[in-house]
Amino acid sequence: MLSDKDRIFTNLYGQHDWRLAGARARGDWDNTAALLARGRDAIVDEIKASGLRGRGGAGFPTGMKWSFMPKVSDGRPHYLIVNADESEPGTCKDRDIMRHDPHKLVEGCLLASFAMGAHAAYIYIRGEFYNEAVNLQHAIDEAYEAGLIGKNACGSGWDCDVYLHRGAGAYICGEETGLLESLEGKKGMPRLKPPFPAAVGSTVNNVESISVTPTIMRRGASWFEALGRPKNSGTKVFCISGHVNKPCNVEEELGIPLKELIDTYAGGVRGGWDNLLAVIPGGASVPLLPKSICDTVLMDFDSLREVRSGLGTAAVIVMDKSTDLIRAIARLSQFYKHESCGQCTPCREGTGWMMRVMYRMVQGRAEPEEIDILDQVTRQVEGHTICALGDAAAWPIQGLIRHFKPLMLERIAEYKAKHGRPVLPMAAE
Amino acid sequence: MAEENGADFEQPASFAFDAESRAELDRHIAKYPTGKQASAVLPALYIVQRQMKRDTGSAWVPRAAMDEVARLLGMPPIRVYEVATFYTMFALRPIGTWHLQVCTTTPCWLRGSDDVTAACRKFTGIAGWGETSADGVFTMTEVECLGACVNAPVVQVNDDLYEDLDAERTTGLLEALKRGEPPKPGSMTGRQTSAPEGGPTTLTTLDNLGPPNPEPATPAE
Repeated sequence: MLSDKDRIFTNLYGQHDWRLAGARARGDWDNTAALLARGRDAIVDEIKASGLRGRGGAGFPTGMKWSFMPKVSDGRPHYLIVNADESEPGTCKDRDIMRHDPHKLVEGCLLASFAMGAHAAYIYIRGEFYNEAVNLQHAIDEAYEAGLIGKNACGSGWDCDVYLHRGAGAYICGEETGLLESLEGKKGMPRLKPPFPAAVGSTVNNVESISVTPTIMRRGASWFEALGRPKNSGTKVFCISGHVNKPCNVEEELGIPLKELIDTYAGGVRGGWDNLLAVIPGGASVPLLPKSICDTVLMDFDSLREVRSGLGTAAVIVMDKSTDLIRAIARLSQFYKHESCGQCTPCREGTGWMMRVMYRMVQGRAEPEEIDILDQVTRQVEGHTICALGDAAAWPIQGLIRHFKPLMLERIAEYKAKHGRPVLPMAAE
Repeated sequence: MAEENGADFEQPASFAFDAESRAELDRHIAKYPTGKQASAVLPALYIVQRQMKRDTGSAWVPRAAMDEVARLLGMPPIRVYEVATFYTMFALRPIGTWHLQVCTTTPCWLRGSDDVTAACRKFTGIAGWGETSADGVFTMTEVECLGACVNAPVVQVNDDLYEDLDAERTTGLLEALKRGEPPKPGSMTGRQTSAPEGGPTTLTTLDNLGPPNPEPATPAE
């Protein structure tokens, strides 16, 4: 269990002053100039050595991403872009960082920008986080006023501007190239890759990834690397929602057993552990896990991949035995249908089709073989779109079919028994 | 929120940024590199919506305002229409004083967003999504995940999130709004933000975490 002295976000719940005075009391902005004086390469190396993997969902090594930025500019400016478009259902960790510990993010922006040769950082925050944006802008203004950012930031000789940009309600802008399009004043339609943004001078990082870097620089890569498990190092803010007695956010070590996480911090599953039906362990996009796997699985990137799910954003959505699991997943299909940008045909058409079939599955108004057709269609969407939204729409359904096909068959049988006639062959309607 | 055909409301013939809005827009344009002022289109549309709220009591974006944004930012009007219709946070028709944005995505649904929705319908008399109550006080919109899932179920009212709701607390909230007395945003059970009910069980052994939290910052916009 992580001890308080190893927690990075010491004002996670906002009991203390989130402004500059409070941040300084918690150790932020403590001789940042000395960190910068270690040089660009030293910072990238330290982050690489820490083993930090991106906290936005994909888990790509942060230091490596930074090292992809061109060492010498081709004349075009470099930018750090911070992805604060937190919209993955179940996830509400960046919100706490931005409203309660905003200076960790602002200081992280300076360190990361310097390490990548960028003189400007743009933070793209989701539009719904209005009050969070107000706090964060206040923190940015304080940092300018104190000379911590802007011209000659912290007296380091490096100029670094930090700008806040509000989105306006589109999940797809959390996809890094959709975000860049949106930042340029367009619809948030993802771009084909390559070129990857980092290769042409814009690196996109999640809020939590950037916010932990000042602490890693101060306490050292070896401290961070020693927490968690090999290749899954450090701490992580987990969001525990759904059918637990005390839903909450908490910072813990990666690799903590899921059961321990829920029992220790969230007051246990409603009605006890044996009342557990399933858990979505990493935000809406990752496949759910039945109780039998939840009994023992560890909460880190690689452990969850081994059980064909993922850590994602570490948003743990708990569902007890009272849950209509088919409806829970159908509602996620509705989410992806709503959020598809409409650019790629498999996603635009597929998300609507999958949603309509899923809602028939909720009623049981289907033929048993349609479950396999649904599974096939998810595989025709997965991997056939510009961005990962298509995959994200497919995986929850695949998880449901993989682990709970008997439940779906049972629902169909019930419907047939009640209505006493075969369901007419139909498309998705 | 798409504009409907055969609209039952009037589009103003013109729209002009007032001095406050214009100054705000210039602050935003200054954030972006020279020649990239189109980046300010989202802020510009927000500013329009706020000015409409000040001027008319309804926060929405008329067509004439989109044309004005296009002119000010040097964009073809169609690019502004595209943006205004792509993002859900711009109302393209007049809305009520209080915009109830009810989250019904799975984490909120698991914690009872159906009850919250029913309570909103019962109190406001609004039958369908996107509709405004007869008295013009409330508009009810179904929204996707608002990013406050450990405080589910949640409703966003204009700019503020109200959390940890149930039917009773929702009705209480709506009564207060109708009186024009919006409660302090956040958890409606009085819980400390995203900490577990009953208070934090971590971060309890550290000293020197700074003074207690002051009031939230004053909005700059």
